[in-house]
Formats: sequence, C-alpha cells, structure tokens
Amino acid sequence: MMARLTPYLQVLPLSAVFFAFFAVPIVLVVVVSFFDYETYQLLIPAFTLDNYREVFSEDVTYRTYLITVEFCVLTWAITVTLGFLIAYFLAFQLHSHTTQMVLLLVCSIPFWTSIVIRMIAWIPLLGRNGLVNGLLVNLGIVHAPQEWLLYSGFAVVLGYVHLYTLMMIVPIFNSMVRIDRSLIEAAVDAGANTWQVMTSVILPLSKTGIAIGSIFVIAMVMGDFVTVDVLGGGQVASVGKQIATQLSLLQFPPAAANAMVLLVAVIVMIALLMRAVDIRKEL
Amino acid sequence: MGATRRPPIFYALAVLVGLFVVFLYGPIATIVILSFQGPEGGLVFPMNGFSVHWFAELFQPQSVGDIWGSFARSAQLGLIVMVCTVLFSFLAGLAFRRRFKGATLLLYLAVASLVMPSVVVSLGIGALFELLGIERSWYSSALGAHLTWTLPFGLLIMFAVFNRFNPSYEEAARDQGASGWQTIRHVVVPIILPSLVGVALFGFTLSYDEIARTSQSVGALNTLPLELQAMQTNATTPVIYALGAMTTGLSLLVIGISVMAVLLVRWRRARLGSDAGLAV
Repeated sequence: MMARLTPYLQVLPLSAVFFAFFAVPIVLVVVVSFFDYETYQLLIPAFTLDNYREVFSEDVTYRTYLITVEFCVLTWAITVTLGFLIAYFLAFQLHSHTTQMVLLLVCSIPFWTSIVIRMIAWIPLLGRNGLVNGLLVNLGIVHAPQEWLLYSGFAVVLGYVHLYTLMMIVPIFNSMVRIDRSLIEAAVDAGANTWQVMTSVILPLSKTGIAIGSIFVIAMVMGDFVTVDVLGGGQVASVGKQIATQLSLLQFPPAAANAMVLLVAVIVMIALLMRAVDIRKEL
Repeated sequence: MGATRRPPIFYALAVLVGLFVVFLYGPIATIVILSFQGPEGGLVFPMNGFSVHWFAELFQPQSVGDIWGSFARSAQLGLIVMVCTVLFSFLAGLAFRRRFKGATLLLYLAVASLVMPSVVVSLGIGALFELLGIERSWYSSALGAHLTWTLPFGLLIMFAVFNRFNPSYEEAARDQGASGWQTIRHVVVPIILPSLVGVALFGFTLSYDEIARTSQSVGALNTLPLELQAMQTNATTPVIYALGAMTTGLSLLVIGISVMAVLLVRWRRARLGSDAGLAV
C-alpha cells in the first residue's frame, strides 16, 4: 500500500507548485480576460467581451504584433544559423572531448549571469558617444554618430541574439552528438563533400534540437518586455511591453485579454514545431 | 589529432566561434572596465583615470536606489529557490521512474511552464493574489513565480539523469539489506551528486537573475534585477556599472563554486573509487 503511494507523495511538492503558481494563474488569466474593471476596483467579476473587442479594434495592436513577429522571425533566423554552425563546429570539427566541453562551458557561462546587466552592457557600446560610433566616425565610415544603433529595433534584436543563441546551441549540439558517425562515413564514402554531409545528413538529423531551440527562442521573444524596455528605450513597442504597460496602469482585464491573444499566437507557432518532435525522447 | 589535416571549413568556423565568444563577453567586459572609471569619469569611454571610486559609492548610505535591500532579498530568494528546486525535482525525478497516474499531465505542465511567456505567468500570479486579497511579496508570490521557471529545468535534468541511471546499483544495495531510505541516501544521491549540484546552480542563478516573472509578482519591494532595470533608466554615473560588475562577479563565483564542487566529487571518486577490474 505504502509503496504504491510513494510516487504520489514524491511528486506532491512539485505538483503543488505547478498547480498553485502555474495552472491556477493561467486559468485566472483566461477568466480575468472577460472581467470588467474600474479605476478603484481592479477586478470586477463579469462576462464581457469588451477587453477582446478593445484588443482587436485598435490599430496599435496590429502594429505591435507585426513588430513582435518581425523581431521573432529575425531573431530566430540569426540564432538558428549561428546555433547550428557553432554546434556543428563543437560536435564535428573538434575531436577532443575536453575542448568541446570547455568551449560549451565558455558559451554557457553568460547564461547564468544577469540578463539585465547583459542588456545594460550594450549601452556604452552602442550609444551616441559609444565605442562603436567612435570607431565608425574615426575610421571615416560615417560622418556623424549613428542614432539607430541604440534604442531601436536593431538594438533589441542584437540583445535577443546575445541572450538566446545559447538556447539554440545546446539542444542542437545535444542532437548532433547522438548522430551515428558511421552515417557520415557512409555519406563520405558515397562521395559527399563536407557541405553535402552538413546539409543532407547532419541538418535533417538535428531537426529535433533545432525544433526545441526554436520553441525556446520563439517563446522568449514573443513574450519579452524587458529587452524591449532596456534596449528599445521608449521608441519600440512589443506585445509583451504593451501588456506590461497595461499592468503597470493596473488594467488587469485588458492585459489578460491581450495576453490570451499572445498565448494563442505562441501556441500556434509552437504546435507547428512540436509536430516534428517528441521532447521526452530527447533527454 | 594533428595527424588529420583540418578542412578549410574548420578555420572558417573557428573564426566564427571566436567572434561569437567576443560578442558574448565583449559587452560585459566593457562595463567591468568602465566600472573602474575615475571619480570624474562618465558612462562611456574614454577612461577618465582609474579608481574604485564607484565601488566605494555603492556602500554610501544615500546612493541610488535600494541596492543592498534588493541584493539581500535576491540572495535569500535565490537560496530558498535553490533548496526547493533541488529537493522537489529530485523527489519528482524518483517518482517518474515508476508509473503513476497523471505523470504525462505533470510533464506537459512542466514543459508548458517552461515555454509560457513570462509576462503571462507574472500576470496570472499577480491576478491570483489580487483576487485573494493577499499582499504580493518576494517570499510568497515571487517565490512561486521563480519556482515555475526553475522547476522545469530541474525536472528535465532529473529525467536525463535517471534515464542513464543503472538500477542494478540499487538492486545490489537492496540485496545487501539496505532499506529504501539507505539506498537513496548512500547509493542514489552520491551517484547523481554532480547533477544535483547542476540543478542547484540552475536554481540559484536563474532565480537570482530572474526579472520577467518577478515583475508583477514581487509586490512593493524589488529584487536586484528589477532594481537594476529601474536604475538604468536614469543612471548618470558609472555606479550602475560597478553594481553590474559586482553582481556578475557574484554569479561567476557561484558558477565557479559549482564547477569546483563537481570536479571535487569526480576527484574523490577517482581517488576513493573501487579498484575492481583493474587487475584483469
């Protein structure tokens, strides 16, 4: 009897946390998105579609979604390319296990340091009087300091690439080290060159890692509001930033409706990717 | 490997990886250098002298923001999250080795929690506490928010660990008459100790640096990342770089200690491990 109960007792703390701080809050977001609100009463139980009507009727919604998706696509394209090439280098071009692990560690250390600091760190580089502008002007490449380097879409995407490329490297590397080396030998014996091996053998076999990395990057970028805030300044708005702004004005119901729309968008994107993978098999 | 000639693509990719590492570390190196600006120095280059003035400024009572209060909260929260993450994920990892009802659902919940946009989680927890009429604070709502972020990592690491775990060690222990608790305490835990250190590292640092899920759930008193974000908007002196350098240093220290701990465990194993089979 006790033995049968054991696993339930063992998962109890974890399940309790996910139930209380994840499942219930997400259900609440759904519920609250139909609520009414007033200045002095943040949450008035009701069933109204006004919040959704507001989301879909405003031009600004479409504009922010367009910008957010644009950031997402750009970031994805850059991180997946970089992630694939770096993972390929680590997995197939380095033959010493120690070198592989050291380089992987070098790439992952920043992941464990402060996200905010890593964003702030771009400011003295990209600012009007920053290092990059100084260099560009001194080399005569541009005549005046460039304003688009900081507090712009460019800075935001740069920040994302800086923060999230590792999210691509690790799962892709993980897929690559599982590839049976004899497949590559077979391809080489059949006359494939390095490029053909990479694109026709390794790329399809790394599909799962690419999908997992992509899910991470898409989820991070679509919901982000911190990077947009720090590196976009006041100039850039994303969906996440819009929700965060509504929350700072204590407008819970409209923020919840906005969050639901965002969630559906993210789920659709991830569902498409998930069709390609079974995450549990990969661990 | 010197015998085999490197293909040209090796050198091209080596340059790319080199540039990526510079890209990765360059910015943070910049602010560490700038944090040593002289007392008259500004937020950008050139360096105007060299001093530890801005680090000293951090310790001045009425310097910007609530640095030490937020630092203390972040460090305590990080430690609490670390302990909960290691304990809860380890226990759940044990449970997942057997069949139990709801296992698949719980796994999906964990994965969903990992990929859910943080702003939605944050909003949900904020709304929950608002509806219940409970004051949000760093040790209640923000603690929960952090766990929704660290526990999926912990659980997935535990899956990876137990997928590779050889159950015959436990069977051997049981055959020798070890109780369930003794098997876990003297066999399972020592074997997976390096991975538990890894989970602890994830638990502490992910919590210590967390900002997105914290923002709506933290209540009146900020954690360090939120304080930093608030500070950077009106920063006029390199004191923010000094703070950044300090907190990065702390993160590196934690990573260093974890790596050392793992190496120590391995070294002890190599030294004290069994010599069985060596004579064959």
